Amino acid sequence: MNATLTAGLGLKPQHFAEARDCPAAGLWFEVHPENYLVDGGPRLRWLEAVRERHPVSLHGVALSLAADAPPDASHLKRLRALAGRIEPALVSEHLAWSTWRGAYHPDLLPFLRTGEALSRVCANVSAAQDALGRTIALENPSHYLRFDGHEWDEIAFLSEIARRTGCGLLLDVNNVFVSAANLGFDAGEYIDAFPGELVREIHLAGHSRDPLLGDALLVDSHDAPVADPVWALHERLVRRIGPRPTLVERDGNLPGFAELLAERDRAHAALAAPLARAA
Amino acid sequence: MGARLAHFQDAFARAILIDAQPADPAVADLVAQPAFAVYRNTVVKGCVDALQANFPAVAGLVGDEWFRAAAAEFVADGLPKEPSLLAYGDAFPAFLAGFPPAADLPYLAGVARLDRLWTEAHAAADAPAIGREALTGVDPEWLGVAVLQPHPAARWSWSGRDPIYSIWRRNREERADEGEIAWRGEGVLLTRPGDAVEWMAIDRAACLFLDACSHALALDEALAAALDADPDANVVRLVNSLLDAGAFCRIGLPSHDFRRTSP
Repeated sequence: MNATLTAGLGLKPQHFAEARDCPAAGLWFEVHPENYLVDGGPRLRWLEAVRERHPVSLHGVALSLAADAPPDASHLKRLRALAGRIEPALVSEHLAWSTWRGAYHPDLLPFLRTGEALSRVCANVSAAQDALGRTIALENPSHYLRFDGHEWDEIAFLSEIARRTGCGLLLDVNNVFVSAANLGFDAGEYIDAFPGELVREIHLAGHSRDPLLGDALLVDSHDAPVADPVWALHERLVRRIGPRPTLVERDGNLPGFAELLAERDRAHAALAAPLARAA
Repeated sequence: MGARLAHFQDAFARAILIDAQPADPAVADLVAQPAFAVYRNTVVKGCVDALQANFPAVAGLVGDEWFRAAAAEFVADGLPKEPSLLAYGDAFPAFLAGFPPAADLPYLAGVARLDRLWTEAHAAADAPAIGREALTGVDPEWLGVAVLQPHPAARWSWSGRDPIYSIWRRNREERADEGEIAWRGEGVLLTRPGDAVEWMAIDRAACLFLDACSHALALDEALAAALDADPDANVVRLVNSLLDAGAFCRIGLPSHDFRRTSP
C-alpha cells in the first residue's frame, strides 16, 4: 500500500460529501465493493468523486473464499471491473465463507481449519488473485463458536495461505479481542505472534456485549467506538511491526463525520508515535 | 477426505435457517452453543435490513414491526442469490401478493413493485438521454419507421385498478395526508435525468407506447398502440413529455441512426 497512507475510515453514503472534502493528511477510505457492483448511477459517481481526492480500498465480504467451491466467476468479473474503475490502493477479503450453493449469507461464517480447508482456501485465493490481476489481503475473522478438531492454529493457517498464494494479511485487532474473549485465549499473545511482514492493513472497530449472554459473548458489531483495550492492542502491534494503514470501521449507530474523523485521528497519531520515538 | 467441508457447509447453512431437532451431526455441537444464535441473527438481520432499505414505501405503509416480520418469512423462503444486496427482493412483490396477512392490503404488492422499479432505475447503466430535438433531426420520411429506445434507467408501470402510484408516492415522499386518493388505475414513469431518480404520472396510452418502444416497435406502431388505448390521446404531447422526462436514449433502427448529424 502507498507509503503515505496512515489511518482511514469506512466510507458511509451519509458522509460522502464530507469525506470527499476532508483534507486530513494520509486519509483514505474503504468500501465494501458489493455495494458498488451496479451498472451505473449515482453510487459509482460518488465513489469516483471520493476517489479523485483520496485513496480507496476495496474490502470484500462475498467472495466466500473458505467455501468448498470456486469463487463465483461473474462476481469476480464485476469486481475486476470495479477495481479497474477505482484503482484501489488495496483489495482485501475474509478467511470465511458466505456464498454457498448459490445462496448469499450476509455474514462471515466459520469452518474447521483442516488440511482440506487449507487446500481449498489457497485454490480460491489464487483464483481470485488471477481473476483480479493483483494480490489481495486476507482478514482474520471474529469467532463465536468453539470448534473441536482444528488441525491448524489460525496464525499458522493464515501464514501458510500467504506463503502458498503470495497474498498478504489484514489483521483486525477488534476481531482478535472479540475472539479471545469468546474462546478464552490471550489477545496480546495472538497480536505478538502475528507475522508482521505479511500485514498490509489493520482494522479497528467497536464491539458489543450479546444482549442475552453479556460479557460471556462479545459481538463484532461495528456499532460503537473502538474500545480502550483494542486501542492498547493496536499500539502494542504498531510498536512491534511499525505503522501500517489502519482503518476505523463503523456500520451501526453511525455518528456524524466529525466524530468518526476524531477516532480516525487517534489512529493516525498512534501510527506516528513509534516513528517519533525512533527519531 | 474431500467432502467434509462441503458436507459441513450444507449442514451449517441449513441450521442457520431451520432450527431442526436433532441437528445434523456435522454441526450438532456448534448449534447447541448459545453463540450459534449470532450467525442466525446476523444472516436474517442482514437480509431483513436489505429488504427494508429496498422497499421503503412498503415499510412506511405497514410499519417497521409488520414489515420486519413479513420480511423474515420471505428470507426463510430464500436467501439472496447474489451478494449485491441492492438486488435482493426481486421476488418480494410476488411474495406479498400471496402473503395471507397482507390479504387486506391488495395494493401492497403493487407498491413493492414500484419500490423495486426505483432500485432498478437507481442502479441502471448511464447513458445520455435524448430530447425533443432528436425527433426534429430525423428525416420526416423515416420518422414513422424509426425506433425510440428507452433509456436504461427508465421504468414504467400501469396499475390495473388500484391507485398504486398515489399510494407509493405518498409514502416515498413522506408527504402529509393530502386527502382522499381516487380509486382508479394509474401509470408512473421513473427516470434518472441527473443523479436522482425522478417520477411522474403517465396515462395508460403512454405506458403502452413505452411498452411498444421497449419491444423495438417502430414509432408508427407504438403510436398506434397508444391510440388504441386512448383514441383521443394527443400523441405529440405524449411523446414530447416522455422525451422531456429523459425516457429515451436513442432514436434509430437497431442498425441505423437516423439523426442527420451522424455520418
